[in-house]
Amino acid sequence: MTTTIDSGLAAAVGSKAGDFRICQYTGLKVDVGAQRLIIVNAVAAVVFLAVGGVMGLLVALTRWPAVHLLPAEWFYLILTAHGANVLLFWIIFFEIAVLYFASAVLLNCRLAAPKTGWVAFLLMVAGAIVYNVAVFQGDSTVMFTSYPPMMAKPEFYLGLILFAVGALIAVGLFFGTLLIAKTERTYEGSVPLVTFGAVTAAIIAVFTLATGAIILVPTFLWSVGLIREIDPLMYKLVWWAMGHSSQQINVSAHVAIWYAIAAMVLGAKPLSEKVSRTAFFLYILFLQLASAHHLLAEPGISSEWKIVNTSYMMYLAVLGSMIHGFTVPGAIEAAQRRNGFTKGVFEWLRKAPWGNPAFSGMFLSLVMFGFIGGISGVVLGTEQLNLLMHNTVYVPGHFHGTVVCGTTLAFMAGTYLVVPLIFQREIIWPKLAKLQPYLFGAGAAGISMFMMGAGTLGVPRRHWDINFTDAVIGFQHSPGAFLMMGLNGISAILAAIGGGIFVLVIVGTVLFGKKIGPGHKLTFPLHSGARVVSKYGSDATVKLPGTIVLVTIFFLAFVLYYFVNWKYLSDLWLFR
Amino acid sequence: MAITSPERRVWWNEPVERVELIWTGVALLWGLFMFFFMIAWHFIGGQNLSNEAYRVTPSAYEQKVEAFAQKYQVRDESGTPVVKPPAGVDVYLLGRLWQWWPVLELEKGQSYRLHLSSIDWQHGFSLQPTNINIQVHPGYEHIMTLTPTETGEFGIICNEFCGIGHHTMTGKIIVVSKQAEAK
Repeated sequence: MTTTIDSGLAAAVGSKAGDFRICQYTGLKVDVGAQRLIIVNAVAAVVFLAVGGVMGLLVALTRWPAVHLLPAEWFYLILTAHGANVLLFWIIFFEIAVLYFASAVLLNCRLAAPKTGWVAFLLMVAGAIVYNVAVFQGDSTVMFTSYPPMMAKPEFYLGLILFAVGALIAVGLFFGTLLIAKTERTYEGSVPLVTFGAVTAAIIAVFTLATGAIILVPTFLWSVGLIREIDPLMYKLVWWAMGHSSQQINVSAHVAIWYAIAAMVLGAKPLSEKVSRTAFFLYILFLQLASAHHLLAEPGISSEWKIVNTSYMMYLAVLGSMIHGFTVPGAIEAAQRRNGFTKGVFEWLRKAPWGNPAFSGMFLSLVMFGFIGGISGVVLGTEQLNLLMHNTVYVPGHFHGTVVCGTTLAFMAGTYLVVPLIFQREIIWPKLAKLQPYLFGAGAAGISMFMMGAGTLGVPRRHWDINFTDAVIGFQHSPGAFLMMGLNGISAILAAIGGGIFVLVIVGTVLFGKKIGPGHKLTFPLHSGARVVSKYGSDATVKLPGTIVLVTIFFLAFVLYYFVNWKYLSDLWLFR
Repeated sequence: MAITSPERRVWWNEPVERVELIWTGVALLWGLFMFFFMIAWHFIGGQNLSNEAYRVTPSAYEQKVEAFAQKYQVRDESGTPVVKPPAGVDVYLLGRLWQWWPVLELEKGQSYRLHLSSIDWQHGFSLQPTNINIQVHPGYEHIMTLTPTETGEFGIICNEFCGIGHHTMTGKIIVVSKQAEAK
């Protein structure tokens, strides 16, 4: 019943209209200038993923008490570098590629000012290099968060500012391209949902990058001696309006990628444009309040402020994510049932293309982002529950659940489509590629959950020695805590193998992959629906029993975990 | 298709499936419940972080802590004074590179007004294995009412990175039974 596209329309190839080529698989008009920029940004992203990923492995192996790899100075230095390289450089380079794709490619439009796109790219590269050089020279081991009064070298802040300015310019090009598409009428009616998601990400990015400038510019001036003092509490408030909100760019971007992959690989349509777009709109309105998540254990901030902000104004942004948590699998189920997999509750899921790394990566990202990153985030962001976990290794556990299990895995999955369609190279070593999302996903899930477990037992984050060997007053963590940190180390090795395979396959493909010519059969085929213009997904009503079961399990897990933590809290000493 | 424009220009009039509406309603109500539960815990719960804080200069805070330690010191433990204040008084704890100072001896079931601040960088007050974690800022004196509910020796570790000696920064709170009970 399913019809898939594996060979293209030979006729379409080579029919260039100006600087465009027509994609033989999707029929989209691809601006060659945009294509080049997508390629360089994606390549830069993968390079920083490789660099930052190795650093992550070194950190995890040091925190494995039985291995304790690096000496203290190197541990703190590498940990400082790890944060920026993966959390900022890998993710934002990739997001810029996503923005160019969602504007120029999906809207069949030319990219606004491609030369400026190169300026943006070079600024970002320069910023990332300046930052890394500053960190590796020593004297800037202040962690990714660089809380004052601890001070780094001026170049440390300067690198971040350069990077942010470059990214801001690239986001500007995205908006410019939308404007061109609108005035040149390159699309009919409203923009596609994926582009809508990208607009959400871009709007949050402007807020984030502007906030970054507001805090990093004075901090830079402080580091060169022009400003006398930076208030540590004010710094945290503003810095996290960048630091946490930038993670919300990721959420918007990776949700957009979930929708894109579901559409391209399975022919999934949004169940309802209205519901999915409203969910994105909730992100724009409320996600920026998350700065409060980092201030719940701080002095001098009122409970009223904490409660309103930490809950994203009554959990309305969480509502957005929970809606996507239903509509994404729902759209997949509806599409698969139309594709003929109608037996029972779960045939649609069992017979999904689990051998296609784009799909498997996307679906694992969806499930793990919800169950691991999402639930733990809400619990951690509850005013009182935060005191159980603040600054314990639970915190990195949570955000590896969002940023590694969720964003990174979704971006990896997206790369398996970008490489054949934009780089026009066939994936080499498809068997390794098939295995990759599972290896990386299992490792990432382990990292997240074991760190959360250790944090629940009190293990601090950013800490070289939980044996407290050199401390005057000794302290001993429980054996369970040591076990958890060991399992975290093993998971990190697994994730590093999965990440290594990803880098190997992608770099190998870009350099040595077979060039995709006219009529080429794709190893990982797209769905024929990708060429069809959509009606809405719940049209001709398909029932969704499988999705209902999945979200019910999710909801029960959420409620249970939430109350278990209140039970833990109620056992603590009394304080008010 | 999520990668193409909606087929109908007027997509906002399309009907929404009932199951989608139900899920949205459930999620909305759960969010509201969680929101109001945080507020409710201020009334029904015994663990809420105090909002009382004052600006203080590091040197002024250091003097207060030293005066407090001198007044109530009962013995010495590996060079750090052990301080046993009477129940109900103001208790001071200082975070600095790299120790929590002094060691406190408190009674179970008694309430103390605990003052927390740092005289250099930010530190993370982390009481273990109880697992109460509070951020400590220089320049801010945070005051809370603390009531230990169990006896024993509890470690204070630092869980905010504070430089190369971060992992050696520890302290201690000893909790003993109420004197009346002990007799």
